Amino acid sequence: MNMRETFLATTEEIVDNDPDVAVVLADISAAQLAGAARRHPDRVINVGIREQLLVSTGAGLALAGLRPIVHTFSAFLVERAFEQIKLDLVHQDVGAVLVSYGASYDMPAEGRTHQSPGDVALIDSLPCWYVHVPGHPDEARRLLLDSVPGDSRVYVRLSADQNAEPHLGVGWQRIRTGGNGVVLAVGPMLDRVLAATEGLDVTVLYASTIRPFDAAGLRAAITDATDAADVVLVEPYLTGTSAYHVSDALRHLPHRLLSLGTLRDSEVRTYGTRADHDLAHGLDTGSIALSLKDFLRP
Amino acid sequence: MTATATDLPRLIALMTGDDKHQAAAESTVDVLWVLYDRVLDITPENFHDPGRDRFLLSKGHGPMAYYAILAAKGFLDEDELAGWAGARSRLGHHPDRKRAPGVEISSGSLGHGLPLALGTALGLRARGHTSKVVTLVGDAELDEGSNSEAIVVAARLGLGNLTTVVVDNQSSTHGWPGGIARRFEVEGWATRTVSGRDHEALYEAFTTAHPDRPLAVVAVVEPKG
Repeated sequence: MNMRETFLATTEEIVDNDPDVAVVLADISAAQLAGAARRHPDRVINVGIREQLLVSTGAGLALAGLRPIVHTFSAFLVERAFEQIKLDLVHQDVGAVLVSYGASYDMPAEGRTHQSPGDVALIDSLPCWYVHVPGHPDEARRLLLDSVPGDSRVYVRLSADQNAEPHLGVGWQRIRTGGNGVVLAVGPMLDRVLAATEGLDVTVLYASTIRPFDAAGLRAAITDATDAADVVLVEPYLTGTSAYHVSDALRHLPHRLLSLGTLRDSEVRTYGTRADHDLAHGLDTGSIALSLKDFLRP
Repeated sequence: MTATATDLPRLIALMTGDDKHQAAAESTVDVLWVLYDRVLDITPENFHDPGRDRFLLSKGHGPMAYYAILAAKGFLDEDELAGWAGARSRLGHHPDRKRAPGVEISSGSLGHGLPLALGTALGLRARGHTSKVVTLVGDAELDEGSNSEAIVVAARLGLGNLTTVVVDNQSSTHGWPGGIARRFEVEGWATRTVSGRDHEALYEAFTTAHPDRPLAVVAVVEPKG
């Protein structure tokens, strides 16, 4: 199963077993959860193609003491309904688990309307969120199960891209150790980062949870693995979304930072495949390798 | 002390300095009084009871009447009212649920209360509570598309525990040809249109039986001046 299928199957398990959980949908994925909706008509709610109401309904359920899982495509969940996220969840100070599918360009043939490279940056403009960017379906399942207890605000960003193996640790997990720089790979970027750093003497760290940012884990890797604070941040969304966290974590230390992610200065108007868009954004293995070669000191 | 409706003008007068929203404040006062005095079971004692009735003030601007009624009903000390909107006050030009006792939602940006009320009504139903959820919107606030999303879905989901009161002071820029109640009716709501100044008529409207569908009460007041 891919991440989306894993999410839907896990959500069905959760709603079958936890009477505190409600699922709110806006048509997307409603067919897949139709069985759960028949079994739990009061707790699996499809509001139709109404994304403002999608988020507000989740918030209202939270105000009534339930734990909402709110799901649609990333562009519609975060961008279209952003004020509802800001006010109905954060300002009311209630929690929800928002789960998006679509990532930056999972559906490239659909064009710009279905692309959401700014979703994490938007969520990041609000206080007190957990942001999970799983790199494997097993990580998505674990992160979802971990997110349900309590009343925190959680954004889970599912993607069509995934790594070959799950990494179920917490914070920055050391995948490879080297002495000539640290490369930070977020979620589905890991396998291509590992391929691009093949033969390089660098440390590779991996995280599927990017908020809160594991500053201590980054500092630890810099301190004991390298004598040069050269850091490359590779994120599957807007370039530099976590750059300020890297800078803040390393403010005690002179350092250089290269941020790789989706383009900020132009809109990619091509259709094609995810691989075509990886190339356009410089996020394919070859482009990442070239960026590293250019940035890292010999 | 047991406050009565006759205390409200004095309590509202303790709050000054918001001329812009004076009309908005006074348009709601009778509706709010009837709700808190006779319709809803919301008290300082039961405010943390999960099964309490809910009142969600969506039209958060001009909240002087709201604060006056919260004071009259014991949520606030009336001594707090004079200092409202100051740095030391819990009472702002838009209510904050994290600060002001008795305030169910923080509001100010229009078009959020009814969608939140819909979700709350769903949640209370899922919990098996029979409590009521009432939200107050303005006629101009219905301009916001988020309300249209909620009006359709509330009736389709059969939310008999939800009431929307529309305080109509005819301030919507383009208005509502055919009437505000008609918009709710076509989506399946029970509706009543009454004078927003007539306490008996408001009480009867709010207590209208509306099994298995939501209720919209249009409370007509003088046009915004």
